[in-house]
Amino acid sequence: MTARDEVLARIRYALSAPADPVDPPRDYRRTGEHAPGAPQLLQLLTERLTDYKATVHSATPQTLGSVLATALHGTHRVVVPPGLPEEWMPASAVVDDGDLSYADLDTVDAVLTACVAAAADTGTIVLDAAADQGRRAITLIPDRHVCVVRAAQVVQSVPELLTRADPRRPLTFISGPSATSDIELQRVEGVHGPRNLIVVILND
Amino acid sequence: MTGSAQPRRVVALGMPRHATGPLAAPITAPEPFADAAARKLKDTQLRANLGHATRTIRDKRAAVVAEVDDWEALRDRAAAVKDDVIARLPELLARFASAATAAGATVHHAADAQQANDIVLGLVQAEQADRVVKVKSMTTQEIGLNEVLEAAGIAAIETDLAELIVQLAHDKPSHILVPAIHYNRSQIRDLFALRMPGFAADSDDPAQLAGAARRYLREQFLSAQVGVCGANFAVAETGSLVIVESEGNGRMCLTLPRTLIAVVGIEKLVPHMADLGDFLRLLPRSSTGERMNPYTSIFTGVTPGDGPQQLHIVLLDNGRGAVAADPVGKQALRCIRCSACLNVCPVYERVGGHAYGSVYPGPIGAILSPQLTGQQAGHNRSLPYASTLCGACYDVCPVKINIPEILVHLRQTGPKPLAERQLMSALSWVMRDRRRWKAALRAARAGSAPLRLMTRRRGHTLRRAPWPLSAWTAHRDAPLPAQESFRDWWRRTHE
Ligand code: SF4
Repeated sequence: MTARDEVLARIRYALSAPADPVDPPRDYRRTGEHAPGAPQLLQLLTERLTDYKATVHSATPQTLGSVLATALHGTHRVVVPPGLPEEWMPASAVVDDGDLSYADLDTVDAVLTACVAAAADTGTIVLDAAADQGRRAITLIPDRHVCVVRAAQVVQSVPELLTRADPRRPLTFISGPSATSDIELQRVEGVHGPRNLIVVILND
Repeated sequence: MTGSAQPRRVVALGMPRHATGPLAAPITAPEPFADAAARKLKDTQLRANLGHATRTIRDKRAAVVAEVDDWEALRDRAAAVKDDVIARLPELLARFASAATAAGATVHHAADAQQANDIVLGLVQAEQADRVVKVKSMTTQEIGLNEVLEAAGIAAIETDLAELIVQLAHDKPSHILVPAIHYNRSQIRDLFALRMPGFAADSDDPAQLAGAARRYLREQFLSAQVGVCGANFAVAETGSLVIVESEGNGRMCLTLPRTLIAVVGIEKLVPHMADLGDFLRLLPRSSTGERMNPYTSIFTGVTPGDGPQQLHIVLLDNGRGAVAADPVGKQALRCIRCSACLNVCPVYERVGGHAYGSVYPGPIGAILSPQLTGQQAGHNRSLPYASTLCGACYDVCPVKINIPEILVHLRQTGPKPLAERQLMSALSWVMRDRRRWKAALRAARAGSAPLRLMTRRRGHTLRRAPWPLSAWTAHRDAPLPAQESFRDWWRRTHE
């Protein structure tokens, strides 16, 4: 008998006494009160992110260039994913073709990416490692993460996010910069992940 | 028992087994709870630290829970989803294993701590790694993995800040979520100054202490070959693992090493991806009192060019099957380890986590440890008594585990001292007959009359009764019998 058979046999035995079948009511909310990108959602997203010490800017396609320049102020090398839209590309971009070592990534000043969706209720941004977001390491090692969220990507709640994310891709849900509550249960920002999270909401 | 009368004995090999043997030590109380608690109560610094920390977190939790209009519906649904998982474990485990395998993971099964540790050790040795970086995981605490790795010369580096504090202090965790909750900031600064190479912070400001941990661990993350984690959830339909954290140490361990080993209790399953929505709303609000924790990672098997290229998942039973067999106790398998029940428990707040003698402390520990090991193990039978049955834990539990009900159930089914059993059977004989009962009350009144005079100033309570009643009065006062029975009083005043 393999360990697998043993584990399964034990559980089957444990469950062999008749029990009432459970049929959970899966009446999940799949849509919010507001349509994706509604002004109320953008405002709530901004409040929630600010509450958790992220910096939020809003931009239009016309102002995006200058807003990004502000967000990236003081940086010399900015790593970007290979599929970042051409018009977002900063002058100091280092395009990650998958060859940058972790040590290299530790020396860049910031990372600039898109995202796949965001939830206003909790101030959560989801990355799914698509070409405009890149592999997970590039949004993890640099100390500053600048993330552009398109208005239409903003939904109300986390359950809605799950319907927009493909679980076959590696997903990262980000709600504010890295933080810890491990000392006296007091929240302080900035441990191992990027200590600065700057979100640019793009009304396009 | 003979095979024919008990047809189920045929599958004797599949009998659910408790977690036993030396490797059950992390979840076995080495001394009675009451003894450990009495000692801990004398530690005023501990009580001050715990009181401060649990008060902070209770307030934060209450505020963010109040924001959610459908909180009760969420709890009901999450409980039902977990009950469904427990009822269909074999089916869902098989589904999870085949989906994860199809996505490039290697799935292992471990019946107990020994098997799980052997599997993990073998994998680390095959990688020829001399150290692993670890995401905080209760399951690996439960099986004592770090000790097994260290004995084989492999350093297990805890990367969660609180776990790191406990590890540097050579101490034991005292809380599920914040294992170093019993330390305050200045104790942590002193510890870092003593044990953390290159520590340079002049204040005990938590932000500076966190910064020190960042510098200390960065090199470890960037060069690690093997990461070890648990999982908060495992999605049966897709074979995905979900890890919820705050600091980014989890993302580091899940992303940078070549090889990742996840040790996952079989009760961590949820059937569908959509089921996660409720749990991701319940867990952060219940545990850290945040709307959402900073980082949640969801990954499925291996992704070429991104993250570990080898993923091993060890599915662990270690007594869980035995818990599932108990119609009352099996609710404990719903637990998502949020630690809300610890933070509201008046007993936990005063004695701290170490008094429970198990890596699972507080109300959930009081029901989980004895169920995983069986009540005979060590002094685990004393844990169901580590409660006032006030019910605060049940009120806050996001998956609605009726902890008081299980506590009472375990008290009823657990082994009891001889004196208590004799007393109870004598009492039940007396109480079965009205005349016997009346006579006994009369005798008790007559017998206690001289004591009434002596205890007048203490409100007629007895501090110390003779054996075998001394077991009761060791921890509480015993009231003397009333001077008049209710029936007598009624007759005198109403008839
Ligand atoms: S028993 Fe409930 S409240 Fe306690 S840790 Fe588990 S899920 Fe949280």
